[in-house]
Amino acid sequence: MERVPILKIGNILLVSIQVDMSDQTAVALQEDLAERIVATGCHGVIIDITALDIVDSFVGRMLSTIASISRVLDAETVVVGMRPAVAITLVELGLSLNGIRTALNVERGMELIAIDRADDDHDDPDDDLVPEPTASP
Amino acid sequence: MTSGVDLGRPQTQSVGSDEDVVRVRQLVRTVAVAVRLSLVDQTKVVTAASELARNTLVYGGGGTVEVTAIDNGRRPGIRIVFADSGPGIADLDLALTDGYTTGGGLGLGLSGARRLVDEFDVQTAPGQGTRITITKWSR
Amino acid sequence: MALSADESGRLGELLTSRAELVTQRWTEIIAGQLRGRLSQAELVRQVQELHRALVDALSKGAVDLNAEDATELRAVLAEFSRGQARQGFSATETATGVFALKEALLSVLQADQDAGTLRDYVSFSALVDQMGLFTFETFVRTRESLIADQAEQLLELSTPVVKLWEGVVAVPLVGTLDSARAQVVMERLLQTLVDTGSPYAIIDITGVPAVDTQVAQHILKTVVAARLMGADCIISGIRPQIAQTIVALGIEFGDIATKASLADALRHVLRLTGVEASRRQSRREA
Repeated sequence: MERVPILKIGNILLVSIQVDMSDQTAVALQEDLAERIVATGCHGVIIDITALDIVDSFVGRMLSTIASISRVLDAETVVVGMRPAVAITLVELGLSLNGIRTALNVERGMELIAIDRADDDHDDPDDDLVPEPTASP
Repeated sequence: MTSGVDLGRPQTQSVGSDEDVVRVRQLVRTVAVAVRLSLVDQTKVVTAASELARNTLVYGGGGTVEVTAIDNGRRPGIRIVFADSGPGIADLDLALTDGYTTGGGLGLGLSGARRLVDEFDVQTAPGQGTRITITKWSR
Repeated sequence: MALSADESGRLGELLTSRAELVTQRWTEIIAGQLRGRLSQAELVRQVQELHRALVDALSKGAVDLNAEDATELRAVLAEFSRGQARQGFSATETATGVFALKEALLSVLQADQDAGTLRDYVSFSALVDQMGLFTFETFVRTRESLIADQAEQLLELSTPVVKLWEGVVAVPLVGTLDSARAQVVMERLLQTLVDTGSPYAIIDITGVPAVDTQVAQHILKTVVAARLMGADCIISGIRPQIAQTIVALGIEFGDIATKASLADALRHVLRLTGVEASRRQSRREA
């Protein structure tokens, strides 16, 4: 069985899914990620699905589960790079990917996580940022 | 079912494991490209095939998938038949309802797949297995 | 109806021996009908080519238009009718261009009457009818493909996606939106979001006279799909009647941002991005 590699970049874990995943691979990724979040103490997870030509309900559920697990582990998950055809298909399929944050590309995903951490950190004594309502993208 | 002339020989893929579901997706993609479906339609039919092949594996206990390039005289298309000899579906209307599941999934497999294709036909009875035929035409 | 080998030979011979007379008469008849819309030289060239192809086919022993020996003849006929269709001649004019051969043949046959001439003429005209119908079919096919091409070009023209600002793209929709066009717009817009990396899209429907349930559904799906990809859509320019339709049809626009005008929508987006920019800035200062 193939395993999806997880890269650590700064304070962020980056998962770039490059293969047509079998369901087992998807489940394994879910488990691996949870372990890596705890082991590294990262606060952000970016899942890049640019290379995925389909997302079915199983992969959709995996993404939702990963987002929920990482939230419990105090990390924010952003899914990036969804192709237009995949998005259109997901809408037709009726899958809304509730609770998952998305961004157009890795760069924007990192920005999203950075903004989030900034909001989280506003109670730090050395941070003079005024709390603002979050604009959900 | 509508009539259509088979263009090529049907390609068969048995479904007995996770990896086979991946193979079904790849086979469907190849044929969908060959009959010139648009990118969005390719994605839709491959996604539908993925859902239904997983159903064949999970609920039907494995089976076969047959993929055929077809032509109804006006436009080409792709027809896929998912067959298993599992327990069958007792209440089809219920099974086709969004969110209904007996397998712990999201309950979007059958109902969602139906929305992604042009024609959708289910033949099933308790204890008789299930045979689902889907068709997607090129635009 | 096929010619017999004898008839085919006789027709070939006749067309060869009286070539000049036949083509001349043929040309005259077509010219009379076209009233100078095609230059004489061009017309003569076409007629001579058809004549040559027909003689060729007959000399190879073709007995009807579907024969293998008539492949080149069919190609020449197809080329002839395609040309006519593109230049805007009518179907009747195109088919008559071929049928004129009958009249030309008749005038030649009249000159040397003997037994069997009538029977030959009937057989010959069956072949000419076949040729005429073939021309007609090609003509229709050419027109159909022209129409399809134009429809596609129209679709391309009518769905521009423009970059309005850094990170903001807009689709000004003009004219009636049918399901097919709505789908094209949807795909094009989403692709542009990816290509330009723009997290905001404005769908302006000021120029759309009416929406039905299907079109409204398409717009809604576009917004949801864009959201899945990580971009936000704002709908602007909803006219009073359309707003009434949307409510009457019971279509739920939910939490989708709607603005009165494109300008309002852009202001709204800039305010949103402004928030992000200022946050990033304060973070850097922090």
